[in-house]
Amino acid sequence: MENKGFSITLRIWKQASAESEGSFQVYKIDNVIADMSFLEMLDVLNEKLLKEGKEPVAVESDCREGICGCCGLVINGDVHGPDEHSTVCQLHMRRFRDGDVITIEPFRASSFPHIKDLVIDRSALDKIIAAGGYISANAGSAPEANSLPVNKPLAEKAMDAAACIGCGACVAACPNSAAMLFTGAKISHLALLPQGGPERHLRALNMVKAMDSLGFGNCSNEYECEAVCPKEIKISNIARMNREFLKANFLSEEEIEK
Amino acid sequence: MKLNSKIPSGNIQQKWDNYKFSAKLVNPNNRKKFDIVIIGSGLAGASAAASLGEQGYNVKVFTLPDTPRRAHSIAAQGGINAAKNYKYDGDSIYRLFYDTVKGGDYRAREANVYRLAQISNQIIDHCVATGVPFAREYGGLLDNRSFGGAQVSRTFYARGQTGQQLLLGAYSQMMRQVAAGTVNIFPRMEMLDIVIKDGKARGIIARNLVTGKIERHSAHAVLLCTGGYSNVFYLSTNAANCNVSAAWAAYKKGAGFANPCFTQIHPTCIPRSGEHQSKLTLMSESLRNDGRVWVPLNKGDKRKPSEIPETERDYYLERIYPAFGNLVPRDIASRAAKRMIDEGRGVGPTGQAVYLDFRDAIKKQGVEKIKEKYGNLFDMYYQITDENGYETPMRIYPAPHYTMGGLWVDYELMTTIEGLFALGEANFSDHGANRLGASALMQGLADGYFIISSTLPNYLANASFSKADIGDEEFKEAENEASARVRKILSSKGSKTPAEFHRELGDIMWNYCGMSRSEESLKKALSLIPRLKEEFWQNLKIYPNEDFNQTLEKALKVADFIEFAQLLVKDALERKESCGGHFREESKTPEGEARRDDENFSYVSVWEYAGDKKEPVLNKENLQFENLKPSVRSYK
Repeated sequence: MENKGFSITLRIWKQASAESEGSFQVYKIDNVIADMSFLEMLDVLNEKLLKEGKEPVAVESDCREGICGCCGLVINGDVHGPDEHSTVCQLHMRRFRDGDVITIEPFRASSFPHIKDLVIDRSALDKIIAAGGYISANAGSAPEANSLPVNKPLAEKAMDAAACIGCGACVAACPNSAAMLFTGAKISHLALLPQGGPERHLRALNMVKAMDSLGFGNCSNEYECEAVCPKEIKISNIARMNREFLKANFLSEEEIEK
Repeated sequence: MKLNSKIPSGNIQQKWDNYKFSAKLVNPNNRKKFDIVIIGSGLAGASAAASLGEQGYNVKVFTLPDTPRRAHSIAAQGGINAAKNYKYDGDSIYRLFYDTVKGGDYRAREANVYRLAQISNQIIDHCVATGVPFAREYGGLLDNRSFGGAQVSRTFYARGQTGQQLLLGAYSQMMRQVAAGTVNIFPRMEMLDIVIKDGKARGIIARNLVTGKIERHSAHAVLLCTGGYSNVFYLSTNAANCNVSAAWAAYKKGAGFANPCFTQIHPTCIPRSGEHQSKLTLMSESLRNDGRVWVPLNKGDKRKPSEIPETERDYYLERIYPAFGNLVPRDIASRAAKRMIDEGRGVGPTGQAVYLDFRDAIKKQGVEKIKEKYGNLFDMYYQITDENGYETPMRIYPAPHYTMGGLWVDYELMTTIEGLFALGEANFSDHGANRLGASALMQGLADGYFIISSTLPNYLANASFSKADIGDEEFKEAENEASARVRKILSSKGSKTPAEFHRELGDIMWNYCGMSRSEESLKKALSLIPRLKEEFWQNLKIYPNEDFNQTLEKALKVADFIEFAQLLVKDALERKESCGGHFREESKTPEGEARRDDENFSYVSVWEYAGDKKEPVLNKENLQFENLKPSVRSYK
């Protein structure tokens, strides 16, 4: 494999805090190697800045294997970068060439307040989950696991929806900053399983209400969320959420509680 | 240091029930009066927060990332063990107990492991009830697969994302308690110290990572659910934020640290590609269900794998260990790979890898079936290496992955500090000298969902608590110490970055205290680490920003890793036997396998802090085997 170093120019969004104004800063970096991950390239930049006595760029990552959902950047206008259905940490420098100029920004959405440079606050997504993204069952109260068979294709579909890593890319890619793919995925995961049945109506009502009150926008069928989702979560989950929500709205209070 | 393991009376099957009956309870109306601080929101922390919240305690959870769902349990791939015996292939609670004790090379406490095996089935029931989408068969019942060190199929899984699904399950149960008002989450907070008052853990000092403000929080009990310390090797499969700092702070406050040298090197990771490498990525052990491990028969065979004929391949695990084949436990598989590579039969550009080959499985089952089982793992391999694992064998190499050692705890999961508990990977209790695959998730959830919710009330009901207020001297003092340390780091004016120190430490640990350890190599490490520590405090380069400052966060972690490394190596030197993941060159069989020494080393090493300038004191908890007879661990 060709592993000779090359040079790139980075335009990175710098912003000291939510209150201060931000702007792009330009950095040059040499000896970039094809096998480096994108985040390792930023490590190299930050080491260089620190050595020069300059402030490193604030950027978050944790597992670096595409599952924790921590890293999330807009690279040259693409949420999570140029690779399809991938996270930033899985992107490697072999996708870039000598002399490239790469623009790096944080995810931008009014429900994700800015913290510093490329770091944002996505705790609004936790609030949506707290509104109903669970099945109420106390530890120790469960029946024997195999007493409730689950249709395999449905279980697979539930797993498809449950694969969401909570990175917020769907929100960042949506022109309306909607969190509908995120919320729809959780509602679908639990509605597709029989265990999630008893609470499905209340769950749909409460999660959608939370989503709206947190300032996330509405879906206008742009399909951008599906296009950038690292876990390939399908937009059909939004349709399912809408059906769940509509059904629940038509029910009387007694029927919801049933 | 007094080590009372508090193992309940009765035969092994009845100990847990006996304990639960004799334990004191806290009346439901009184529970909300107790404040419980939990550090960490992985499987152990999130499930503990959920179960304690459900009972009505007042819980505060502190976590490093922006949301508790990022904790590194999320990255566990393969599965979770349970003794359900759904495959009817001879499994039982007793067999899971036996496999785990044997897999740990007879260095774990029998009573704890038996309880873990008993609870394993309840975990599956609870996870299914809370919506974890485990793999199923067409009839709708749960599916299982096999993992290393077992001859039964007892591993439940959700594709290659079992850790993610279990963590999100526990997280959702915790968020349900957030909605109920029993749990409060404090994200982007790092614990700096534990506050002790009247000999009891009564709170913590924590730094807000955004504002840099140092806060005090009081509690009636503190639970450390802070994971393992594999990042002491710098390169490991752990996430960037995994650290030893909370456990180290506990040790310095008087908690015994048990078996620090018991570290697990996972055999199937993607090999490193260069100096820039920041982490190593695991390829799940479940791949060894279908993948066959091999190297060329002849040294220095540089041909492409497809050009090496069957007769010139050495499927060495199948050859050496016919009874378990490719599914030998991790320590065995890692060392076998190292022997092949040391013989000059390693593959790939660096010669530091062996093959994991799916050719035969694809031929037999078809590529679609393999995709269904492991698709995400093949994708990950492709993204990192640019190679297609369906067409050419994967290249794999061992890497630090899990740490069996940790804070010493008794049967109630309490450390040697009253009121300070350790759960999950942060404690030492269940895996002895080597952990079997798919058992970490089991232990994290057992500790959090089912054990702590029975043992913590017993402590709370028995202890007498004086009032603890964050204005108390003890809190002031602990905060002063913690801020002084932060200020000291912020004022350093050297030239070496925290990452450079970390990398250097990792090199020392991997080269002299890694897969193979000798008196000579360990003594070498013991001479190098203090020098690195000295240099750290004199020559550290940092960006002097008091609020959001990732170089400061990193420096605090590396400072603790350097100190902790010395203890790990000391423990490795003291334990002259080979056992599990701890391999001493001086103690091996003629075939190069680990030779355990039960006569001299059948104990848990528990280290006691004696001050910065003094050597730590070694205490021993002797292991008693009343049910299983320690024997030579053979997988042949």
